[in-house]
Amino acid sequence: MMRHNISVLLENEAGALSRVSGLFSARGYNIESLTVAPTEDPSMSRMTIVTRGSEEVIEQIVKQLNKLIEVVKVLDLNEGAHIERELMLVKVKAEGEWREELKRMSDIFRGRIIDVADSTYTIELTGNGTKLDAFLEALDPSVILETVRTGACGIGRGERVLKV
Amino acid sequence: MELSGAEITVRCLQEEGVEFAFGYPGGAVLYIYDEIFKQNKVKHVLVRHEQAAVHAADGYARATGRVGVALVTSGPGATNAVTGIATAYMDSIPMVIISGQVPTAAIGLDAFQEVDMVGITRPCVKHNFLVKDVKDIAPTLKKAFHIAATGRPGPVVVDIPKDVTIHTAKFDYPKSVSLRSYSPVTKGHPMQIKKAVKLLLSAKRPFVYTGGGVILSEASNALIKLIKQLGVPCTSTLMGLGGYPESDRQHLGMLGMHGTYEANMAMQHCDVLLAVGARFDDRVIGNTEHFKQEKRQIIHIDIDPSSISKRVKVDVPIVGDVGQVLGEMLKQLQASKDKGEQAALKAWWAQIELWRSKNCLNYDRTSKIIKPQFVIEKLYEVTKGDAYVTSDVGQHQMWAAQYYKFDKPRRWINSGGLGTMGFGLPSAMGVKMAFPKANVACITGEASIQMCIQELSTCKQYHLPIKVLTLNNRYMGMVRQWQQFFHGNRYSESYMDALPDFVKLAEAYGHVGIRIEKPSDVEGAIKEAFKLKDKLVFMDFLTDQTENVYPMVPGGKGLSEMILAEDL
Ligand SMILES: Cc1ncc(C[n+]2csc(CCOP(=O)(O)OP(=O)(O)O)c2C)c(N)n1
Repeated sequence: MMRHNISVLLENEAGALSRVSGLFSARGYNIESLTVAPTEDPSMSRMTIVTRGSEEVIEQIVKQLNKLIEVVKVLDLNEGAHIERELMLVKVKAEGEWREELKRMSDIFRGRIIDVADSTYTIELTGNGTKLDAFLEALDPSVILETVRTGACGIGRGERVLKV
Repeated sequence: MELSGAEITVRCLQEEGVEFAFGYPGGAVLYIYDEIFKQNKVKHVLVRHEQAAVHAADGYARATGRVGVALVTSGPGATNAVTGIATAYMDSIPMVIISGQVPTAAIGLDAFQEVDMVGITRPCVKHNFLVKDVKDIAPTLKKAFHIAATGRPGPVVVDIPKDVTIHTAKFDYPKSVSLRSYSPVTKGHPMQIKKAVKLLLSAKRPFVYTGGGVILSEASNALIKLIKQLGVPCTSTLMGLGGYPESDRQHLGMLGMHGTYEANMAMQHCDVLLAVGARFDDRVIGNTEHFKQEKRQIIHIDIDPSSISKRVKVDVPIVGDVGQVLGEMLKQLQASKDKGEQAALKAWWAQIELWRSKNCLNYDRTSKIIKPQFVIEKLYEVTKGDAYVTSDVGQHQMWAAQYYKFDKPRRWINSGGLGTMGFGLPSAMGVKMAFPKANVACITGEASIQMCIQELSTCKQYHLPIKVLTLNNRYMGMVRQWQQFFHGNRYSESYMDALPDFVKLAEAYGHVGIRIEKPSDVEGAIKEAFKLKDKLVFMDFLTDQTENVYPMVPGGKGLSEMILAEDL
């Protein structure tokens, strides 16, 4: 069961997203995360799906995605070198001596404090999933008030380009 | 001049050369029906239930190869159509289904007769559209017909809100479509084809396994030439019957769960398998692990990449149109000096003849009770093997597939993938509309026929002299057979009690009914029925209640683990 990051270019049309998510539930494929937004060409969206499966299952996922009429191109980023990034916002309880400590922690992980209130910070952090997990683990669970993550997006390294 | 959306819709159908639209009116499609009323190019066929509209359009499409068209209203009309749409989807049949929808402004407000048709059908269509602007009707319908008919065919739903049929726009039917996200591969990769030819010539025990793709791609001629050139044995799936003439010695009959002994054994024991437009589904290869135990090289030609290596890993995948690829292979074979492993092939044929000599489709021909197989054999004789035969789902379907020898494509019309009871009669209507002069028989069971029996009324209205052959065993026979084999003879809810008098029922609908109780009356009745050229004849054959379909590969078993009639 390998983790795969699959990028999809699809028509930016109502219903296209539900075709993809419907495909995954109908065929019993798992989705770890799914993100989607329009590209520089507003008629097209780019979606990143993180999934797990055997080689055969991943092959089927790619083929089935390609079969959807609105899908223009599919790329399994794991077939080559690629970069993966995710954005996380964490709201923490920041009182007393914690205020200094949390700022230091955020710096170590190259996070940014983007909102400051009397008793809270909101920290913004980007990185791959493991880095975000590591940050959360490094925090004392009692200070975490809320977390929100975008799910991963990915891009090929170097000359590897997904475009029509 | 601007036309209403409803008129545009009907004009699009005319532009596509649609002969028949099978449908049923209702509130959301009233404007479209009004336009249908005002013209006579597209003939509307009024069914008695929307499921039948879709099955009839489906039967038309299967028999002709053209896109079948159905028209239904929103809400219940749309949901009634879903079984038909899923049936067509599973068998890759090109269809366009137009459904009415509540007015755009009412969508999402739980309006009267509102249902999310695009949402409901998403998993069982090739594609679907909700048309929100009258200007989009023509381009959308153009795309719908294009998508339905090209690549791996399939049903496309076009959902049109009522207000969109009232609004007006200029009508301009596009001449062509190009979709950047949809361009099915048609030509097989030359290197792969070369590899396949080489592999076939090196085979000691070659076998060709052909499916519905051969029919859909009109590849029958290319297939016959290739198999003749190679001198190899072949088989067909339930969906592929007729793609290669069954009466020819090189055809070993159908394979799979109810395939012949020789076809299943050859499939299991071949060393090079050429799979053509077939998908190794669970009714063919019930147990993929068992299938893998014998070593063989597999070549797989299919237009749909996702059909390749889905259940069975293959060695030489060829994505492309079956007919094109077979034609290319044939050219290379004819040009090659290599004549293959002739001695080995001879030994392989000797083995196959040994398997064939088991005579696995034998049954008691001296029985005093009508054997269902006997009815099919007589139908075959009387119609000289040249009828269009539709069927419902169950034992009768398997007997029809086994005992009617189809020599031509598009003659055998059944619901293979979804296994939809109720398919037989309405699909026969579609066939008869397409070929009014041809013999059209519907082989059914007393359970299946009752799922769409109301269509006898449609048959009366449109003078469709179909011959209905009901193999009446007073059981949901296929269910009873499974209960006998796998559930300790507990026939739970599979007895068909309180059956109507089918003869009187047929007469009530204005047709001819005949009940046949003795084997000696079978042939005469069928002859009589076909003599009544302009009458629908409903033949109610009282058949052996305990007869089972053999051979049978029980679910999850290997192909060589068949139960044969003689085993019991
Ligand atoms: C719509 C639908 N419901 C249920 C089934 C399950 N099923 C498969 S075969 C069968 C029995 C069919 O009985 P009959 O039409 O009398 O044919 P026979 O098997 O006796 O020839 C049933 C209930 C089905 N295939 N389709």
